[in-house]
Amino acid sequence: MTEDFAQTNEKLAVEIIGMHKWYGEFHVLKNINLEVRRGERIVVCGPSGSGKSTMIRCINRLEEHQRGKIIVDGIELTNDIKNIDQIRREVGMCFQHFNLFPHLTVLENCCLAPIWVRKMPRKEAEEVAMKYLERVKIPDQASKYPGQLSGGQQQRVAIARSLCMNPRIMLFDEPTSALDPEMIKEVLDVMVELAESGMTMLCVTHEMGFAKTVADSVIFMDGGEIIESNKPEEFFSNPQHERTQLFLSQILQH
Amino acid sequence: MAVIQHSPHEDLPPPVSQTGIIGWLRQNLFSNWLNSLLTLLAIFILWKTVVPLVEWAFIKADWVGTSRDDCDSGGACWVFVSVRFKQFMYGLYPEAEQWRINLMAIMFVLLMIPMFIKSFPWKKWLGMFILFGFPIVGFYLLSGGAFGLEHVETSLWGGLTLTLVLSAVGIVAALPLGILLALGRRSEMPIVRALSVAFIELWRGVPLITVLFMASVMLPLFLPEGTQFDKLLRALIGIVMFQSAYMAEVVRGGLQAIPKGQYEAAEALGLSYWKSMGLIILPQALKLVIPGIVNTFIALFKDTTLVLIIGLFDLLAMIQSATQDTKWLGFSIEGYVFAAVTFWIFCFGMSRYSQALERKLHTGH
Amino acid sequence: MPMDNQDDMPSRPPFWNDPDKRALIFQVLVLAAVFAFFAYIFSNTLHNLEKRGISTGFDFLNNEAGFGILMSLIPYDETYTFGRTFLVGLLNTILVSFLGIILATIIGFIIGIARLSNNWLVAKIAAVYIETFRNIPLLLQILFWYFAMLPLLPHPRQSVNFGDAFFLNSRGFYMPAPVFESPFLWVLAAMIIAIIAVVVLVRWAHKRQAQTGQQFHTIWVSLAILVVLPLIAYIATGMPLSWNLPELKGFNFRGGMTIIPELAALLLALSIYTAAFIAEIVRSGIQAVSHGQTEAAYSLGLRPGKTLQLVVIPQAMRVIIPQLTSQYLNLTKNSSLAAAVGYPDLVAVFAGTTLNQTGQAVEIIFMTMMVYLTISLLISLFMNWYNKKMALVER
Repeated sequence: MTEDFAQTNEKLAVEIIGMHKWYGEFHVLKNINLEVRRGERIVVCGPSGSGKSTMIRCINRLEEHQRGKIIVDGIELTNDIKNIDQIRREVGMCFQHFNLFPHLTVLENCCLAPIWVRKMPRKEAEEVAMKYLERVKIPDQASKYPGQLSGGQQQRVAIARSLCMNPRIMLFDEPTSALDPEMIKEVLDVMVELAESGMTMLCVTHEMGFAKTVADSVIFMDGGEIIESNKPEEFFSNPQHERTQLFLSQILQH
Repeated sequence: MAVIQHSPHEDLPPPVSQTGIIGWLRQNLFSNWLNSLLTLLAIFILWKTVVPLVEWAFIKADWVGTSRDDCDSGGACWVFVSVRFKQFMYGLYPEAEQWRINLMAIMFVLLMIPMFIKSFPWKKWLGMFILFGFPIVGFYLLSGGAFGLEHVETSLWGGLTLTLVLSAVGIVAALPLGILLALGRRSEMPIVRALSVAFIELWRGVPLITVLFMASVMLPLFLPEGTQFDKLLRALIGIVMFQSAYMAEVVRGGLQAIPKGQYEAAEALGLSYWKSMGLIILPQALKLVIPGIVNTFIALFKDTTLVLIIGLFDLLAMIQSATQDTKWLGFSIEGYVFAAVTFWIFCFGMSRYSQALERKLHTGH
Repeated sequence: MPMDNQDDMPSRPPFWNDPDKRALIFQVLVLAAVFAFFAYIFSNTLHNLEKRGISTGFDFLNNEAGFGILMSLIPYDETYTFGRTFLVGLLNTILVSFLGIILATIIGFIIGIARLSNNWLVAKIAAVYIETFRNIPLLLQILFWYFAMLPLLPHPRQSVNFGDAFFLNSRGFYMPAPVFESPFLWVLAAMIIAIIAVVVLVRWAHKRQAQTGQQFHTIWVSLAILVVLPLIAYIATGMPLSWNLPELKGFNFRGGMTIIPELAALLLALSIYTAAFIAEIVRSGIQAVSHGQTEAAYSLGLRPGKTLQLVVIPQAMRVIIPQLTSQYLNLTKNSSLAAAVGYPDLVAVFAGTTLNQTGQAVEIIFMTMMVYLTISLLISLFMNWYNKKMALVER
């Protein structure tokens, strides 16, 4: 299987073809088609309820899709547990509310998955964890508990925790929406550094500054569909669809 | 690379296997082999227990009649219940006076109805009257001896009436006592705090039955020789002491939940301790813990059955003694099922009410 | 030069307006009132007891009891003392509470987890169980089992029997009683060795995982050790365990061990009732762990089983255990309802029969209450210790 991936889907990290999703009767995602190449950084924006979070949560099977195909790293996402496990190892995710494990220290949070999923020895896991904690600039908090950290620090720990699994793709679900304004920058800096190191990133966010700096393309979603997708310069200066124009006028006001 | 949708995609219906009856069955009952197995097992268990139960209790049961000869079908003999129904409801209260109990019940229902109407303006006064005025009215109605009503001794009170009297008096008396204890426990005066803690932990640490034994056996010893002590009153005192300790903890939870700022604001306004408690803190705290108070009431309602052991005849005791009646031997199951259903209706109803209250108050506070 | 001036200190108001003094006076008054109250009761009680010819003091504990007790874990007959009846009752209370706690926990956890199942039927059945048994008074459930259900069991002569060794009838549940010969000590020794071996194994497995990352099937191997080692000792010493089988002699069974119907009814009712409350505690404890925790664990690649073990259950237990110990305390206190069906627990035997025989209500009820208070206190202390230890560290 991995040989296939190396040859055919080398370039495509994520491929979504004709994907539909329903919550009961409600058609929440309609005909999603998306290609994400390796090393590409994509920002997804749109009004609330547009389905953008739901879409990226389908990529690591936190949500199930009912029609269409999702192929991550050459592996198709189905009900097959083996596929799901493999995909989750390669895809990291950061949540709006951090979701750190409060009963474990920062270091233990980061080591948990490498020890139990990748079966690393503890020493090795701790070295990897410290390496990433240094990369997000909080190595000194390693023995603290999440309850003792600020929001910005917790989110950076969350990013480090995902990175400890050496994922090839990182998903971000509104990572700065729950932070106080003075802490947003420290998290965005980490994300920018991550992008510049070549990580494939799919990011749902309202931070348009981040999009302009780092994104290769910006996608606008509304009502469960992808309305417009373009390079940031074109997207912001020349939105084509009227709904995109409306949305941009609302958020770029301030 | 720009992708533009010109017209919005229409809403499609979801695939058939996902919704409707089939979808629901798949997701909820048969989503994997383990669940399918469990579903089949559950259906089997239900078939073996619920079906015979319904057959016994409803389909083959005897509902009408006057004596045990009318119970010949092999199903439940509800004749037993209907014949003894009055006793279960009123105990040994003289038949001629039972209208007084009925009157009390009707009055209570009429008084409670406005409490559920949203726009009723005098809820506070009505609530106060129900809590403190009505019990006095009820007492005179039930025991008589005044206003031309014949005196009915408390030893004749029984059945569901007694259960309700015990529960209602228990809660109504335990509430003010519990509030005082909760305030005492939070007091800064060490003696007051120590005494409150001792009182609360004492009653919470012992079983209710020892309290009832204590009340019924030891109270006559505590008082000067010759004082007559009504048995019901003894049990009530025990119950009130016991409940006030639990009530104190519930109220204490409410007091703790009030932010410190409220206490400080009251102080800053120059209100004395009692004024700030009465006007500002307690109204908020009590509103917060109404669900807790209702839960305490439910527990008390179930606990009143213990008076059976000290010789008072509440609903359970009446049913228990009825099952020992030689004329109706062998129908104990019917008696207990009736008792269980009665208690269940009250307790379940109250707990649903408490949950609804909790939801309503949660959004408000 | 610096002077020690009183003028810098705020002046004290006259003592009748001074809040500290008022508080002091108030407390003194309260204390005096309490003392006066107790003194009044005390003198009345002494007077009344004298009038009725009831003695005081604890000497009665050495007097001969003169009555039999239905069931006792220690040797007892009428010639033993009242003090002995206290012990017999206490042990019976401990027995039914201990067994009840175990049963209620098992049933409660199963129902609680079933309540959370994504199988609609299973979840609904669990919900019905909880709502039914929580809302029916415990005393009613006890009476139901004892007076309505157990008499449906057959007469000893027509007992339901399992393999001629277990008999179920209206007089009780009869089982073989184990008879241990002296070589059984080796089996006991083997059990102890097995336990030590398992502890060592767990430590070794942890170390190995820390060093090499490899996981070990600790649970299966431990179980195997705990079973196999004592088994080998048992066989090697010639199977030093025989059974005293219950036999039907006339109208009754003799020999073996019995669970009397009183104990069975009490145990059933206590377990089923308390299990309903435990199920709710387990359900709300697990639901209290936010869904985001499970999602984070899944997105890191952890399987549902490991997520439960490492993330959900540790957090749920923090919430569950304090409430669980509260229920255990309730069960122990509720066991006092034994008097209603004649099971000889502490209250029934001591605060019941002994009190009737001696009339020394004050001493007896005092002793009984002290027992329960001590149990409550111990459990409270444990809960406080546990809460402190497990509190999540926050700013």
